[in-house]
Amino acid sequence: MTEPLQIAIAADGLKKSFPGVCAVAGLSFNVQAGEIFGLVGPDGAGKTTTLRMLAGIMSPDSGSATVAGCDVVRDPERAKHWLGYMPQRFGLYDDLTVDENIRFYADLFGVHKGERIARSTQLLTAAGMSEFRARRAGNLSGGMKQKLGLVCALIHKPKVILLDEPTTGVDPVSRRDFWRILYELAGEGVAILTSTAYLDEAERCHRVALMHQGRLLFCDTPSNLKSRFGKGVLSVTSTVPRRLRAELEHLEGISSLVLTGDGAHLVVDDAARRIPEIDARLKQARVAFDSVQQVEPAIEDLFVDAVAGEEVLNA
Amino acid sequence: MPDATNSVVIENLVKRFGSFVAVDRLNLAVRKGEVFGFLGPNGAGKSTTIRMLCGLLKPTSGRAAVAGFDVARDPESVRQNIGYMSQKFSLYNDLKVIENLRLFAGLYSVPAKQLEERIAWALEMANLKGQENLMTRTLPGGWKQRLALGCAVLHRPPIIFLDEPTSGVDPISRRRFWELIQQMATQGVTVFVTTHYMEEAEYCNRLALIFRGKIVALGTPSELKHNSMRGELLLVECEPLGRTLEALQSAPGVIDAAVFGNALHLSVEDAANSAPIVNSFLRERGLTPGKIEKIRPTLEDVFVSLTSESAAEARTQ
Repeated sequence: MTEPLQIAIAADGLKKSFPGVCAVAGLSFNVQAGEIFGLVGPDGAGKTTTLRMLAGIMSPDSGSATVAGCDVVRDPERAKHWLGYMPQRFGLYDDLTVDENIRFYADLFGVHKGERIARSTQLLTAAGMSEFRARRAGNLSGGMKQKLGLVCALIHKPKVILLDEPTTGVDPVSRRDFWRILYELAGEGVAILTSTAYLDEAERCHRVALMHQGRLLFCDTPSNLKSRFGKGVLSVTSTVPRRLRAELEHLEGISSLVLTGDGAHLVVDDAARRIPEIDARLKQARVAFDSVQQVEPAIEDLFVDAVAGEEVLNA
Repeated sequence: MPDATNSVVIENLVKRFGSFVAVDRLNLAVRKGEVFGFLGPNGAGKSTTIRMLCGLLKPTSGRAAVAGFDVARDPESVRQNIGYMSQKFSLYNDLKVIENLRLFAGLYSVPAKQLEERIAWALEMANLKGQENLMTRTLPGGWKQRLALGCAVLHRPPIIFLDEPTSGVDPISRRRFWELIQQMATQGVTVFVTTHYMEEAEYCNRLALIFRGKIVALGTPSELKHNSMRGELLLVECEPLGRTLEALQSAPGVIDAAVFGNALHLSVEDAANSAPIVNSFLRERGLTPGKIEKIRPTLEDVFVSLTSESAAEARTQ
């Protein structure tokens, strides 16, 4: 019983340049109702500029965008009622309490009292913050502040949510609370576009777009991206990672070798063929190691591979 | 008290703020040349510990020695022997690369005779030779990070403290940065990293997880992944996720369930045993699960599992 797909965010050829730098270089993508879409990439990739254009607070040099059916380039005011936008520094008032901050945003968006109380109770419970309603925002931890920002951005029941690196500085436990709220909203049909600099967060999105220097490198579900990655990823545990690297560095078929704290992470052309070769080389050189195991590629592997490939093309 | 093998020694360290115990009888030894990761949620006592180790905050009781100097009795010597880098606060954006290096050399009292040689070394190490006159503000994230590291180690400290050193930079720059760190460690420099990003934790030789002022786990990344979680982990694909999650809270043998991407991570006592049980449990409730398979826990699974277990224990006490 699937409902017809409903486009909640549509970006078409968005471009934005600042003096000396092209921040967004012709970006096109759609986000559907009920979908969590991750805009992933390092600092400076153009994520924040993209979100600002979609939020209607910055106009693109060219291209168009609609959010909840409203044209945000021509008529940015109309979309705001349907839109929740949480910039990196969300405007919380440090000297107001949690409840007072929520009330402030509810009033800004014209949310009635009864609705405000029901909605804030539900959101604060989901955020694990019910006990902190009377605490001043200035005395909350970083993770709590981010969650309060989210509650405020959601108080008017937007259909589309734009989040700019919402989990920066948030510890893994609060991060899970945060994501649980996002999944619940997606379940209610809300479209969520979130940016992050952490590639491990990309794994949690329904679809991800990897952004680099203002352009999209790929855009697909995490599992499709991984199954299309034509290379093998191996993990070796060793107490002497530096010796391990010295042995493997010049071996054929290894396109990337990164030392971790207790071993190495390798990308190879053909896992089935290279595992026995690596195993044999390490044994022959008497390098202590556990075993060579194939692991699922992480989004980071795909990103590094794509960017490295591009650098070769550009060279 | 000099110690040949350990550069950080912490014994029964306690810090109270009023009635709140931020650091609760902490014991830890970090070896020379080790890349050591210190993890914990916000408010766990991480920063308080680091501030004591850097000689910025006096312990309530217990002792800590850094590079052989007692942090309470000789904080000045401690500060002369450490480097500190955090991406956010260390550089002056409106100074040139070379001016930042000179400033930090002055702050760390690098002798005038060694100044030029030390700065040349830092530029070389940070791969910024030829970029001396660029404004720091205009540097890409990865370069800034290497410059910040260069500034933090101009005085050749035997120990450096890094606070989320590579948060937000692209993976390629991050990998380059950690290469540098590993080279330093090979030369005997001890590296103490605080972070809550598991991507950074993977680069550490050993990790300590701190929660409510206490160490709740200690080991190499793979030891933590293999030994410190109760039970095993199942990945369950099943739409709609929300309903599946709700149903599984009451399923037999399920310790914990969390959403992860398009799937759920389920902690269970025995994965092989639980997989068919979970499958039929979901089917009885009108759900049609896709993939159900045993997976290796990530560091994040370990982190969340250990902190919620400790929280549950604290509540029952």
